[in-house]
Amino acid sequence: MNPVNYLYLAALLFTIGATGVLIRRNAIVVFMCIELMLNACNLAFVTFSRMHGNLDGQIIAFFTMVVAAAEVVVGLAIIVSLFRTRHSASVDDASLMKL
Amino acid sequence: MSFPLLTATAALPAVGAVATAAVPAARRTAAKWLALLVSLATLALAITVLVRFDPGGARYQLTESHAWIADFGVRYELGVDGIAVALIALTALLIPFIILAGWHDADPLETGSRRWRPTQGFFGLILAVEAMVVISFEATDVFLFYIFFEAMLIPMYFLIGGFGDRAHAQGEAAASTQRSYAAVKFLLYNLVGGLIMLAAVIGLYVVAGNFSLQEIVQARASGSLHMATSTERWLFLGFFFAFAVKAPLWPLHTWLPNAMQESTAPVAVLITAVVDKVGTFAMLRFCLQLFPEASKWATPAILVLSLISIVYGALLAVGQRDIKRLVAYASISHFGFIIMGIFAMTSQGQSGATLYMVNHGISTAALMLVAGFLISRRGSRLIADYGGVQKVAPVLAGTFLIGGLATLSLPGLAPFVSEFLVLVGTFSRYPVIGIIATFGIVLAALYTLVLYQRTMTGPVKPEVSAMPDLRARELVVVAPLIVLLIFLGVYPKPVTDIVNPAVKQTMSDVHKTDPKPSVEAAK
Amino acid sequence: MENLIALLIAAPLLGAAVLLVGGRRLDRVGHWVGTLLSATSFVFGLILFVDLLGKNAEHRTLIKHLFTWVPVAGFQADVTFRLDQLSMTFVLLITGVGSLIHLYSVGYMEHDERRRRFFGYLNLFLAAMLLLVLADNYLLLYVGWEGVGLASYLLIGFWQHKPSAATAAKKAFLVNRVGDMGLSIAIMLMFTTFGGFAFGPVLSHATEASEGKLTAIGLMLLLAACGKSAQVPLQSWLGDAMEGPTPVSALIHAATMVTAGVYLIVRSGAIFNAAPDAQLAVTVVGAVTLLFGAIVGCAKDDIKKALAGSTMSQIGYMVLAAGLGPIGYVFAIMHLVTHGFFKAGLFLGAGSVMHGMNDEVDMRKYGGLRTYMPVTFITFGLGYLAIIGFPGLSGFFSKDKIIEAAFAKGGTEGWILGGAALLGAAITAFYMTRVMLMTFFGEKRWQPDENGNEPHPHESPRVMTIPMIVLAVGSVFGGAFFSIGDRFLHWLEPVTGHSEGHSPVGAWTVTGATMVCLLIGVGIAWAQYGRKPVPAVAPRGSLLTRAARRDLLQDDFNHVVLVRGGEHLTRSLVYVDHTLVDGVVNGTAAGFGGLSGRLRRLQNGFARSYAVSMFGGAALLVAATLLMRAV
Repeated sequence: MNPVNYLYLAALLFTIGATGVLIRRNAIVVFMCIELMLNACNLAFVTFSRMHGNLDGQIIAFFTMVVAAAEVVVGLAIIVSLFRTRHSASVDDASLMKL
Repeated sequence: MSFPLLTATAALPAVGAVATAAVPAARRTAAKWLALLVSLATLALAITVLVRFDPGGARYQLTESHAWIADFGVRYELGVDGIAVALIALTALLIPFIILAGWHDADPLETGSRRWRPTQGFFGLILAVEAMVVISFEATDVFLFYIFFEAMLIPMYFLIGGFGDRAHAQGEAAASTQRSYAAVKFLLYNLVGGLIMLAAVIGLYVVAGNFSLQEIVQARASGSLHMATSTERWLFLGFFFAFAVKAPLWPLHTWLPNAMQESTAPVAVLITAVVDKVGTFAMLRFCLQLFPEASKWATPAILVLSLISIVYGALLAVGQRDIKRLVAYASISHFGFIIMGIFAMTSQGQSGATLYMVNHGISTAALMLVAGFLISRRGSRLIADYGGVQKVAPVLAGTFLIGGLATLSLPGLAPFVSEFLVLVGTFSRYPVIGIIATFGIVLAALYTLVLYQRTMTGPVKPEVSAMPDLRARELVVVAPLIVLLIFLGVYPKPVTDIVNPAVKQTMSDVHKTDPKPSVEAAK
Repeated sequence: MENLIALLIAAPLLGAAVLLVGGRRLDRVGHWVGTLLSATSFVFGLILFVDLLGKNAEHRTLIKHLFTWVPVAGFQADVTFRLDQLSMTFVLLITGVGSLIHLYSVGYMEHDERRRRFFGYLNLFLAAMLLLVLADNYLLLYVGWEGVGLASYLLIGFWQHKPSAATAAKKAFLVNRVGDMGLSIAIMLMFTTFGGFAFGPVLSHATEASEGKLTAIGLMLLLAACGKSAQVPLQSWLGDAMEGPTPVSALIHAATMVTAGVYLIVRSGAIFNAAPDAQLAVTVVGAVTLLFGAIVGCAKDDIKKALAGSTMSQIGYMVLAAGLGPIGYVFAIMHLVTHGFFKAGLFLGAGSVMHGMNDEVDMRKYGGLRTYMPVTFITFGLGYLAIIGFPGLSGFFSKDKIIEAAFAKGGTEGWILGGAALLGAAITAFYMTRVMLMTFFGEKRWQPDENGNEPHPHESPRVMTIPMIVLAVGSVFGGAFFSIGDRFLHWLEPVTGHSEGHSPVGAWTVTGATMVCLLIGVGIAWAQYGRKPVPAVAPRGSLLTRAARRDLLQDDFNHVVLVRGGEHLTRSLVYVDHTLVDGVVNGTAAGFGGLSGRLRRLQNGFARSYAVSMFGGAALLVAATLLMRAV
């Protein structure tokens, strides 16, 4: 199968993720969309690795997974503490950081 | 290795500044005495520099050179020529008077004030400014100079913004607002100038590969360093802009009246008599030496700007209602003369300009400090609030008049010699500009005498009728300045002897010779 | 002997320093210290004079180099003094008349609590004036030139609590500064032309320079002389200068300082001789001023201002003579000296009258004073006869010579200048007779003032009358002494040079015409003020009289054009500086402030809107990269 199709898939996943980040208000959904974008990138890395015939992309994909795992831990903790204080998981409610 | 005299002259007030600021809160008076002592010791060091300096010797003397930031070719290089020696002596001389004149300016208004040890800070900041000014005069490394040229702004900012005249017509809150406006304006103007200069400094490094003034000048003279005409002009403009803001030259002058008006009289003297001199000094040292061709290229424009400064400053001084603003505009007019002398490119003009820097420092100090004593007595800066002071405080009025006469360059007092040299030097190359500049002497008489007439003569106003005459401390400040004004007016030779060789060098740097008298030329 | 020249200046300078710095503890002796030091200077002058007389006419120049003043490459100014016949004449006049006036002031200023300071200023004036005439280069002369201006400023404004005095002092200094501008430009021109400004090199090489340069130098020197000597168009300060104490008017504004302009022109004779256009300008200024001053003098009721107009006019004569070149230099100086005697005497007489009349200056409130103050009357009368040129008295000799010289210039110019000088003589006779008649003759016209104090005219004390008597003796015999055997001519000739002109009219014809003019002037004055009683309130007068009372409208002109115009200019400049120059900068600052205020709204705190800008930015970058690659 032509590896370029994987790239199309990756671009599609990334766009879906990005759109989700921009239009959804629920922090959990936004968070999942970010994960989706990360995994789209992983897919692209692995595909490129396959196309170029070296392992760099696969290694980067592992790094990304590690970072994503760390991010999930911190991100979920923030969301939970937000929900506890505000009783809402909407990202628009946390808009105090403005001038 | 010999004793690093130049470093010591700059380091002593720096150490003194820290020590003064560290004096415990309760020992205010001790801090004042410490500051005075340090400034006197610095004066002693400056006199040592003056004595050790040999006018007939090498161009830069007492040099020190150490590697500093090796990667960028930045060196800690100090050295003085005659012009720098004269200005270091002036700075070291004026600071004790400034400290003494401001003896009570920073006393806390009430005990238990919330402000943090203002007295110690005030005198510490003055010493810090002295240290930075002195090292700016000494630095022969462009980068080193730049650092202290800019760093000077920090203590000055706090001195202008933090300390003002006691009494204010609109109350303390309004005074505080105006002070911070003046301080911010001062800072922004000078920062903009400084940043443009920084770009030029980096540009110079890119072209020349190091920051050493002497090396660059030598390389240019020997032809090993070629600079494209346009590059030289851009770099020149970058340097000149910063110095013209500091000097200040029309139309970059508007920060000075605000800064001098809002700060206390001693700080105003510090600004105009000491700090601003770095600008004109740097034009002589850096602009002319590093960029001789570009300097000549820019001369006509600069002469016209300085001419505008002279006439415009004097006319605006006539129109002022505030004593300190009047002195500020008079200073702008005088700085016009100094810059005109530098760029007239004649020996008379440049010697006159250097002498003018020294004399203007002394004469403005005399006039402004007496004005400060006057203002502190009545609690108003407005000319209209005074009248008939001569009758109740004759000594104060007399010293004020002498300060004023020095400002209008009365022959016999020091500024006359320098002003005439500048005029002659300009006239011999640019007759029309010289003649128009001569109108400045009429206008100077106008603003000085109008000021004297409105404040000192006429019937005694009831508000000033109980005004005390000069006190002993104030007399100690003013009397030596007046003696100096008379001495240098009658016998300026000690200063000109030091300055002349340096001016000769600068003239040869820019490849200019004085015009010949027409009778001789005809032969 | 040369060292004495420096001491000549040092004595009054020391006096000034001691009296001004010494403070109140010197109040009781200060006036005598000042007088003594002034007299010391006079004695030094006499010793030097005797020494000069003992030498050959060619060797009567003493040079004393004191020290190098301003040494800058190519620009050498020295403190060097030159004593020759010309400066010697001035030294004797200044110290002699100066000492007499010091003595007079001891009495005149007796009740002034600031008398010590007054004498300090007087001594300062003497020192500066001596420096002016003894300097060997123009720059040093300039120091003295401004020094006398400063002393004049301090003394006119001596009664500073009077706003009029303070204003008059300021005006005098400012108008003089305009003249000083001329002097400094002249020195600069000399420097660029001759490479220096010492008398020797400049004057001996004068002929080598181009005539254009010399004319420019000459005109600038003339401007300087106009300022100091109150010549048209810079004459307006002299009338107001009468606000100062009367001894000051006598010494500074009649006998010595105001004649400095004449000294300058005569001293620079070599330059003027080679610049005929400049000379012509000098004569025109002199002729115009001598008529101007005389006309103003006719209309004033204030005795001092009438005398001030007269001073202006008499100096006009001197300037006219100085402009005639070698035919007139000697006579300019001779008239200057005799004028120093009689005008100082007249002013001291006026001071004595005021002293006895509670400081009243309006002549319409005098009248018949000859019986109350006989000594003043006689000395003033002798001065009067001298100034109108009564045969045998000083003014007769010196003025007659100037009129002759004016005719001797030849051509149409000669006729015009000579005619002006003759007309001036007639007007002089008129206004001086008017002063004399209104003051000393007729009915007494004084009345009690608003406090009910009626003046009790009385003769002044001995200390004041003695100087008046000495000056009166000088006014009577001075001219004859100088003229018989042409003593003065032979004395000055080596310095100034002299040539006899070719007068189209005989000397006796001129003398006769002068006498006729004199008689006409006296006759008209007698008809108006002698035969009829003088009204105590000034009549409205003709248009000319009213204009002359206002100094021929010059002050009005100055006020409207210079003062008002200047005020508008400075006010609008202050406005421009605030709104335009400062406004540009403040506007830039405000612009940045406004911009950042707008940009701030982008920071709305919504995480999603930040994300949009991030994606937008990323997309832009990608697009830009692609675009760059495509190009």
